[in-house]
Amino acid sequence: MADVMLLDFWASPFGQRCRIALAEKGVAYEYSEQNLEQKSELLLRSNPVHKKIPVLLHGGRPVCESLIILTYIDEAWPEMMPLLPRDPYARAQARFWANYIDNKIVDCQTRLLTTKGEAQEQAKKDMIGALKTLDSELGDKDYFGGQAFGFVDVAFVTLTPWFYTYEKYGDFSVEEHCPRIVAWAARCRERESVAKALTDPEKVYEIVQEEYGAN
Amino acid sequence: RPHNLTINLYLTSSTATRAKMSAPAAVRVIGAFDSPFSHRAEVALRLKGVPYELILEELHNKSELLLTSNPVHKKVPVLLHGDRAVCESLIIVEYVDETFDGPRLLPSDPYDRAMARFWARFIDDKCSKPFWLAMWTDGEAQKGFMKEIKENFALLEAQLEGKRFFGGDTIGLVDIAACGFAHWLTVCEEVSGVTLVTAKEFPRLCRWAKEYASDEKVRACLPDRAQMLAHFTANKEMFMAMAKSMLPK
Repeated sequence: MADVMLLDFWASPFGQRCRIALAEKGVAYEYSEQNLEQKSELLLRSNPVHKKIPVLLHGGRPVCESLIILTYIDEAWPEMMPLLPRDPYARAQARFWANYIDNKIVDCQTRLLTTKGEAQEQAKKDMIGALKTLDSELGDKDYFGGQAFGFVDVAFVTLTPWFYTYEKYGDFSVEEHCPRIVAWAARCRERESVAKALTDPEKVYEIVQEEYGAN
Repeated sequence: RPHNLTINLYLTSSTATRAKMSAPAAVRVIGAFDSPFSHRAEVALRLKGVPYELILEELHNKSELLLTSNPVHKKVPVLLHGDRAVCESLIIVEYVDETFDGPRLLPSDPYDRAMARFWARFIDDKCSKPFWLAMWTDGEAQKGFMKEIKENFALLEAQLEGKRFFGGDTIGLVDIAACGFAHWLTVCEEVSGVTLVTAKEFPRLCRWAKEYASDEKVRACLPDRAQMLAHFTANKEMFMAMAKSMLPK
């Protein structure tokens, strides 16, 4: 087994976060595509609690949960391309916004894509509100952490291919409400690590429709 | 206004600002009486020996300070350190660990840190809700949540094998995250009449709960048990209604 292995699923935005981080750090690793319908022995053994991807295996030891994996990657390979800033307060703010993305955006996404009628209307309102909050937090900075691509950018950029799907399901324009986020996403996509990792937005829409039924 | 008076005022205020910045920044916690999340922030500071001022909120009547310090979630706890506001209890614990000297709250090894974060998140994401619902719902739903929380407690029980605390010999992030199961759990059990944790089923968890709650620094910021009991008893109906509203339709 390679020293570093990533158990992942090609379209997972959570797995993509890990791929971007490993690429930014220049860490060589073995990518292992997992079958989520028929979970492998390795996956079940590596993540017995949640049985989910992504899982990072380093020297055979598993690290689970994408944000925890990101932090681990940052701490295990500290010399190259720091993802979290050095200042404890800036680190706390980065963690806060990464949590916000995982709690708010992902929750709104699920409700937006799987509900109808009033519930979906509410999900749409909440999603727009959450995206605007992030747009406001980004402000006029190049990246969430300031001048350098970092933790929050990695956490959020993999959800940006899903904007097209949010727009289709919710009938709204992300750019209209959050022009700075849209510009930031394009800026991030100029990085090779990001361009390689992200799923094409049309493909995301296709997968979501297959998974949840047509819009 | 005379010219020289204006200049004097300017000099006075900038001197005052410089003096304030060179003094150690004040630490305050915006918390709530019987919130385990609020306790997490306090215990982290006490373990580090950092003095702080506690500001208790009435959660049905939130202060201007809370609303401006945590505009996104409007929740306690918030750690105020000088002019910094740190929100979310587990983030506060990590901030305290990184900012102040004293015993480590997280291990130094990156893998061990990842494990600690994993179990702390597990407690918040997988234990809080089924625990609460197992306490305050009834019937078939209650049985389901009971099964779920017991399965998750079994995982925590396994983590305690051969260890005094989740953190090893000393209290760490996971112990702090699990504080609800040390002090709040028996109060909930008493008020709801639901027994979740017995020494027979979860001997390590029971022993850990006593160890944690009897630590001198922890005890200093645990809410008074009798007061909590009275408070929870008074709110029992409300908790049951809240729990019912959380059930899937």
